[in-house]
Amino acid sequence: MAETLSRPQNPREWLALVLVWGAAGLVTAVFCWLLGDIVWHGLSHVSWTFLTAPPENAGRRGGIGPILVSTSLILGVCLSVSLPIGIGTAVLLAEFTSNHSLFGRMTRRSLDVLAGVPSIVFGLFGNAFFCKTLGLGFSILSGGLTLACMVLPILIRSTEEGFRAVPTSYRLSAAALGLSRTTTLVHLLLPAAVPGLLVGLVLGVGRAIAETAALIFTSGYVDRMPESLLDSGRALSIHIFDLSMNVSGGDANAYASALVLVIMLLAINGTVSWLAIYGLHRKIVAA
Amino acid sequence: MTPVEPITGSRLRHSLEDRPTGGAPQPFVEVDRLSLYYEGKPAFQDVTLSINKGCMTALVGPSGCGKTSFLTCLNRLTDLIAGCRVSGRITIDALAVLAPDTDVIQLRRRIGMIFQKPNPFPLTIRRNLEFPLREHGIRDRGQITQTMETTLRDVGLWDEVKNRLDSPALALSGGQQQRLCIARALALLPEVLLMDEPCSALDPLSGGVVEDLIVSLRGRYTVLIVTHNLAQARRIADHAALFWVQNGAGRLIEAGTAKQIFEEPRDPLTAAYVSGMRG
Amino acid sequence: MTSLSSNTLSRWSTDELLCWSLRGIATIAGAIVILIVVFLIVEALPALQHVGLLRFFTDPSWHPAEGLYNLTPMLWGTLFAMTGSVLIATPLGILSAVFCHYYAPLILARPYRRLIELLAGIPSVVYGFWGLVVMVPLIAEIQPPGPSLLAGILILTIMILPTIALMADASLANVPQQYLRGAAALGLPRWATIRGVVFPAAKSGLFTGVILETGRAIGETMAILMVSGNVVQTPSSVFAPIRTLTANIALEMAYALGDHRAALFVSGLVLMAMIVALVVSAGWISRGRMYG
Repeated sequence: MAETLSRPQNPREWLALVLVWGAAGLVTAVFCWLLGDIVWHGLSHVSWTFLTAPPENAGRRGGIGPILVSTSLILGVCLSVSLPIGIGTAVLLAEFTSNHSLFGRMTRRSLDVLAGVPSIVFGLFGNAFFCKTLGLGFSILSGGLTLACMVLPILIRSTEEGFRAVPTSYRLSAAALGLSRTTTLVHLLLPAAVPGLLVGLVLGVGRAIAETAALIFTSGYVDRMPESLLDSGRALSIHIFDLSMNVSGGDANAYASALVLVIMLLAINGTVSWLAIYGLHRKIVAA
Repeated sequence: MTPVEPITGSRLRHSLEDRPTGGAPQPFVEVDRLSLYYEGKPAFQDVTLSINKGCMTALVGPSGCGKTSFLTCLNRLTDLIAGCRVSGRITIDALAVLAPDTDVIQLRRRIGMIFQKPNPFPLTIRRNLEFPLREHGIRDRGQITQTMETTLRDVGLWDEVKNRLDSPALALSGGQQQRLCIARALALLPEVLLMDEPCSALDPLSGGVVEDLIVSLRGRYTVLIVTHNLAQARRIADHAALFWVQNGAGRLIEAGTAKQIFEEPRDPLTAAYVSGMRG
Repeated sequence: MTSLSSNTLSRWSTDELLCWSLRGIATIAGAIVILIVVFLIVEALPALQHVGLLRFFTDPSWHPAEGLYNLTPMLWGTLFAMTGSVLIATPLGILSAVFCHYYAPLILARPYRRLIELLAGIPSVVYGFWGLVVMVPLIAEIQPPGPSLLAGILILTIMILPTIALMADASLANVPQQYLRGAAALGLPRWATIRGVVFPAAKSGLFTGVILETGRAIGETMAILMVSGNVVQTPSSVFAPIRTLTANIALEMAYALGDHRAALFVSGLVLMAMIVALVVSAGWISRGRMYG
């Protein structure tokens, strides 16, 4: 609706114009302030050494090497658990249940609630279930499994959308050729639904990396290089938290770590956008 | 540029019956070599047409000839479409429509438009009528209520909706919605009415009711009505204009009185179209 | 979805196997929520038994070392922070979406939308950190101590703004073109069209956005923990430090034992109850409004 009515007709229109531009300007200003501040203070400290060296003196000096490793391990555990469960559930919801089945509706409803649960409650649950009941203690495994629960609804929703986007004609042609549903699924539908899957994956990863509250009492605080999945490990977000709240003089490295985290997330967001375009392109080619 | 009078109370108290019913034919809408391009591709080219005050003119021709696009030029609705370019001149009551300094808001108050698919706002019936009136400066409750009743009576909806003015407009039937849209346009006391196939999205019964309403507007408004339905055009129009696609763009083939177009067409294409042999 | 779930297509046992294993997987996914609630209740039970639900709202204060477990000051903290942030973020977010769709020239609209999407992706700990290092000292200059309800509200506002802005953006995009053309044909100016036609048409999407952002405001932990001072008290002014339910759990869980730990699980249940109440009332209100 960007048309030639750009000159306001009466005082009310003028006020609306001022308020709308003002709101946009305010939001932009805050964003630039925030990002600018982080880049300004963090850039000087980020270097290859910073990314690979272990933290010293409770993180006031040194780097975030072991922390990046722990973060990747937690992420790895999260994905290796949530991907199969997520894809499986999405396949079931999209392909094997009708829209009115009780099972389908209940599963969807419970996933909707799961999506709304606050992250701290996930932390409580993770602590009670993975750390205590399953005896995993404060470990990368506990943290990863807790994150898997958080990321599941996002993954399932996006993958299900991916499957729904595949035209029905594929399934009907496959059936007409006498192919089993397993074959149809594995060879025909899964490849076509990959864009939706990837978007969900990337969104989930983004959410997982940003997570702090769920990890505080599941994967622990230890900032050494982890030896195994049962070791406690500190994620990047927790490191920033610790440096800013508990370590006096830790601000400089906190800024640097925050910058690294933000860059990782920007890269992930960029991938989602790129994937959306790429996925679309593939659909057109396949069609 | 003729100054536009604001709607005042005295004008509002008149219902349709009090409007002047034409007189000596005088050109009211004049279109000179009008062309419209969407992203460089012409929708129609070089249309020259003159329409008298109070006349009902039917624009006929097969789909894709630019008849609807032509209508949208007249009230500058083309401004809303990206990539759209209009060239030529349009004059309505000596007002240069396409001039950059024309007050488009006032122009669109003087020109009412009815779309093919009824599009009442997702508001109550009352708000649908009240809202445009308020925006154009009528704030007095009494005036608004009076205008509402008058226009709803004029379109024949009053008895059907008087007890549910505060219910959603979208709950009305298709025919009722279209009549509401006509009432909404008439409430602003326009001088020109542009109608884009107003009956084609309606069932035959509702379509008939709307058509009767349109016939009752003849003489009191200058009406341009796009229609696919030749029989309808024959029934209701004083004048007619045939559009056709030639050389990749819509063109005006012939325009004249209804009698002339339908019974003594000058162009062989017109003759073929109105006799049903082509189109 | 076509009715492919009928038996005419699966005559092979692999298909049966697949279907049942998928059902098993989906059951796991669906059961997680139930598991969460169950575990919360199990862990909270000792406190509910020894302390009793009533005392969570009537004890003199929150002092687990002395066996006092009043949640009310922290409930107030959560409610005030949530209300303040939603009140500020909602108009800003909706106006942002209006800007993108109706006021911004094309070269500004797309980058602005991208900006909001980026804001949505920034982790809460980064917001908290920035708030701690930049915003809290600024507030301290106006009125010490600095970490306060106000800081919490401001940071929460920045955090939930993308949620409402993006939902509003999607809702505005779904407003049928015919309404806009009809309004233009009636000579209605821009803001009048937005106010009178677009907002009613986008009502349900905007409402959903408000619900989502409120849920996010209630559940946010890290950022608000870092900037709001964490003093357990019912705030007397916006400059007073507060502690929310979420921050309380995060702070004390590390060293809580026995009844104290169970009490923290009780506050977790209270949070879940608030979220469920939000979602339910949203569904209830929107059902009534569906034809309005």
